[in-house]
Amino acid sequence: MTLPAGFSRRDLFMKIGIFLNGIVAVILGVPIVRYLLSPVAHERKGSYDSWVPLGSLEQFPPGQTRLATYRDPVVSPTDGETADIACWVRNVDGQTFQVFAINCAHLGCPVRWFPQSNLFLCPCHGGAYYQDGSRASGPPERGLFEYHYKIDGRKLLIKAGEMPTPGQASSIVREISPCA
Amino acid sequence: MRLIKSIGDWLDARLQLGATIRETAEHSVPRETASWFYVFGSAAFVVFMLQIVTGIMLALIYVPSAGEAWNSLQTLNHSVTLGWFIRGLHGWGSDFMVAIVLIHMVQVFLFGAYKYPRELTWIVGVFLLLMTLGMAFTGQVLRFDQDAYWGLGIGASIASRVPLMGPPIVNLMLGGPIIAGATLSRFFALHVFVIPGLLIAFVAVHLLMVVKLGINEWPMPGRVVRKATYIKEYHELTKRDGIPFVPAAVWKDLVFSAFILLSVAACAVYFGPFGPSGPPNPTIIQTAPRPDFFFLWLYAILSLLPPSMETPALLIGPVVVILGLLLLPFLFGEGEKSWRRRPVAVLTILLVAVALGTFTRLAGNAPWSPVMDAWSGIPIPAEFLHNRSALERQGALVFQVKQCHNCHSLDNQGGKRGPALDAVAVRLTQDQLIRQVIQGGGNMPAYGKNLSPAETTALVAFLETLHPAGQSPARDASRAVALQPDSATPSSGHP
Ligand code: FES
Repeated sequence: MTLPAGFSRRDLFMKIGIFLNGIVAVILGVPIVRYLLSPVAHERKGSYDSWVPLGSLEQFPPGQTRLATYRDPVVSPTDGETADIACWVRNVDGQTFQVFAINCAHLGCPVRWFPQSNLFLCPCHGGAYYQDGSRASGPPERGLFEYHYKIDGRKLLIKAGEMPTPGQASSIVREISPCA
Repeated sequence: MRLIKSIGDWLDARLQLGATIRETAEHSVPRETASWFYVFGSAAFVVFMLQIVTGIMLALIYVPSAGEAWNSLQTLNHSVTLGWFIRGLHGWGSDFMVAIVLIHMVQVFLFGAYKYPRELTWIVGVFLLLMTLGMAFTGQVLRFDQDAYWGLGIGASIASRVPLMGPPIVNLMLGGPIIAGATLSRFFALHVFVIPGLLIAFVAVHLLMVVKLGINEWPMPGRVVRKATYIKEYHELTKRDGIPFVPAAVWKDLVFSAFILLSVAACAVYFGPFGPSGPPNPTIIQTAPRPDFFFLWLYAILSLLPPSMETPALLIGPVVVILGLLLLPFLFGEGEKSWRRRPVAVLTILLVAVALGTFTRLAGNAPWSPVMDAWSGIPIPAEFLHNRSALERQGALVFQVKQCHNCHSLDNQGGKRGPALDAVAVRLTQDQLIRQVIQGGGNMPAYGKNLSPAETTALVAFLETLHPAGQSPARDASRAVALQPDSATPSSGHP
């Protein structure tokens, strides 16, 4: 009987076919997965975590807290208005600064500074922070996110490029101890 | 007419579909299912079709780029003929679709239709609900305005709290480290390709099972589902007391669907399209983002949960709810179908409905949000200033200038974040008022560093005037005694 032999031959070809497709799946799959995960893979980390200028020091008088904007260090042509990000700059005493993220430490809504009562208030769920960014009341579990800053000549720079979120222990934001 | 018939015959000779379609359309369904309670599934399907058609039409103009999306919506609203109407249909269609899917689910639940042998139909339905909500959320993002921008920030902040995986999930969701062009593009891909593709496939499977397994019969108290006998009983029922689905039952589906489509159109004409609100410019921070209607309940929960419970509730809550829905047909696959014999089921629905309704209503006026411009925009009502001393009026000024009004209301105006202060003097003595202002506490920041002693004195003097006319303010009795000049030397102790 030749039938079993013929059958196993077909079987073999079928297996070769499946095997070939398996190889193709891997060859195509790896780049596809790498492409999909590219936002996570920190290949671009070096570039987005960089020093960006906020403007000259004269814009931030001592003892005051002012709104500043900076341009996202990694801009793509389709970003439009989203490439400009706001933050709060507090000139503590002329030499020391604090630069706070605009995003509430609760769920990221834009906090607003009220110089009259020296408080940051969040419009979403009523979080409040003192002038040094520490938590005053409401749902946030911590103080405002703070950027690292440096002064270069007469210019204020911050290390930025990543949206601060409560779950991340990123290097660009540091925790502010309550009741500083 | 003859021509149409001959074309039809020509096609059917090649497609070979006519007999199958006729058989499916005329299959026998239990007589009582030709009911107005059985129209929601088909209505959801029809609204889904409307969403596909209007969605494609919007895609003719819409530009899925963070730089252009907002402008293209303005073009749709104002320049393109009837663009506003198509946007209105799509936006209201989305709300109707979520609502109808929910009603459909409640009906299926109360009629016990998830029980044997329709478990998988229910499970596919749960995924259809999740996808519908996913479409609603991604659609809100495509309306790339201020609310969408900050809504994405809220979504990212929630996602970031997932243990260990948080930050990568955020980057994956935003398409990078920050909300930007890539973010909108990926939500566009989700909203237009990924989720609709899955939806179509799941709807097909869902419908196939409804046809193959037969529509759920009208539940009768006492007619109990048993795996061993159910299928035989169902077939006997459709044979004994069945009617052809077309036309005996379908006319109600047709009428209801038409009514729903008309309602969507009426809403689109009368209320118009949703937004867009302000442009998605992150440097415009004078904004109080609000979610769309079907996510308002979530907004309320996020505001009302105590901070320590929030992360667990956010991460565990959805998992528990979805698992519960998926396991439901396995835990209760047999037994009574009729809601008259399932009080727990009815109470569950009532509880969920009341809870969601309450949260949604609360979120409508969001008492937990400070009124950010109350201090400059809402004056203190005149009756609170009548016949007041100079000091007290100075205190009223402090009340405004220090933004107290943003969180505290007077005469129901101003923020509701903190307690209303109309009668605060009845609740707190002068010392307690001073302490509360300076140290804060409860949900109130401490104002100690932000008020001069003079300002505190004035503010407390004003607060002490806040009591109903006939009711005297709270007094600390011992203090009154201590301040009495001759009580300093107690007479009783005199020799
Ligand atoms: S986002 Fe600021 S309090 Fe919730």
